[in-house]
Amino acid sequence: MTGADREYRRIRAERDRPGPVLRKAPGPTAWFDVRRGRTGHWAFSLNRITGIGLVFYLYLHLAVLSLLLAGPESWDGFLHLATTPIFLGLDVVLIAGLAIHGLNGLRVALIGTGLVPDRQKALFYTLMVLGAIVVVYSILHIAESA
Amino acid sequence: MSDPTPADGRTRRFRLFRYRRGDGAPRSETFDVPVGASRTVLEGLRWIKVHADPELAIRHSCFHASCGTCGVRVNGREALACVAALDATTTSVTVEPMANHPVLADLVVDMGPFVDRFTEPHPLVRPVEPAAGPAMSPEGEPHERFEDCIECGLCLSACPVAATDDTYVGPAALAYAQSLLDRGEGDRDAILDWADGPGGAWRCHAAFECTEACPSDVRPAQRIMALRRELVRPRRRR
Repeated sequence: MTGADREYRRIRAERDRPGPVLRKAPGPTAWFDVRRGRTGHWAFSLNRITGIGLVFYLYLHLAVLSLLLAGPESWDGFLHLATTPIFLGLDVVLIAGLAIHGLNGLRVALIGTGLVPDRQKALFYTLMVLGAIVVVYSILHIAESA
Repeated sequence: MSDPTPADGRTRRFRLFRYRRGDGAPRSETFDVPVGASRTVLEGLRWIKVHADPELAIRHSCFHASCGTCGVRVNGREALACVAALDATTTSVTVEPMANHPVLADLVVDMGPFVDRFTEPHPLVRPVEPAAGPAMSPEGEPHERFEDCIECGLCLSACPVAATDDTYVGPAALAYAQSLLDRGEGDRDAILDWADGPGGAWRCHAAFECTEACPSDVRPAQRIMALRRELVRPRRRR
């Protein structure tokens, strides 16, 4: 093989090599990159964040329930912790996550079944206002019972 | 095309994505371009190619949003460069290739993988079809025409699911499949099986960025939702 052949092959191999695929953000962070996103992307990102948070909470919840195996003192100790202001604040975060994820899921279901395919933005804002009302009510209820 | 140079001699700073195979990592390069308001991004890119760097790789054809070849991201958002207007206040313009497509050179992406996502039958060239029916539906609504899709690939670039999943066939291909069902073309069961697959309609998470990005009003997200409606119908009624 001559030097020209080798150079030809090198150029061909370089030409056939796939180019880079640009991503708006690295890996799964693209889900949450809403800098240039619109309403639907915000809904998508919120659903992912709350979904991941709720999965984390599920395992945390199971871990906390396992305290029951350690006896009444262990559980009473947890209840004491659970009624501190920080924990009650986390309860509000949990309720907000549930409201956003559940109501946004309802939005996706209503759009996906074709009932309101062209009203995804209006549905998002309406359901998020409903979610905000649920969160405000929960704050008042928790504050009252604390 | 008329001269885009503004009368007041003002320039705009174009920051371009540059990449050439064999050059190593991509880089960005800036050009001060004398294009006035009411001009387009494509006019700025052409000015750069003619007056500053003839090696700049750009792709375009029709200049009026019909061919779909000049899809890029302008300041982070998907747009056809030929109709992306430069407003009076924007002094800095960042132009990058579409996301989620392999880059060939500079602002040009490889459309091969995009076209490969479409289900069969997907003719790249269709014969002209004479209007077979009335222009309006019985309900008085204008008929939707999927032929409006110019296969520019902006929807795939905008999709946040495609950003992390190359197996997702993407909005354009799914919308095309729905249009086949709508028109009663192709093998209905095969199309539904294809859309029901792991990279199909259920991978969409209703972010609607494809519909927002579409320059041709195809509304891919709504079509994906319509496709899902077909998928959940009992088989015997499909």
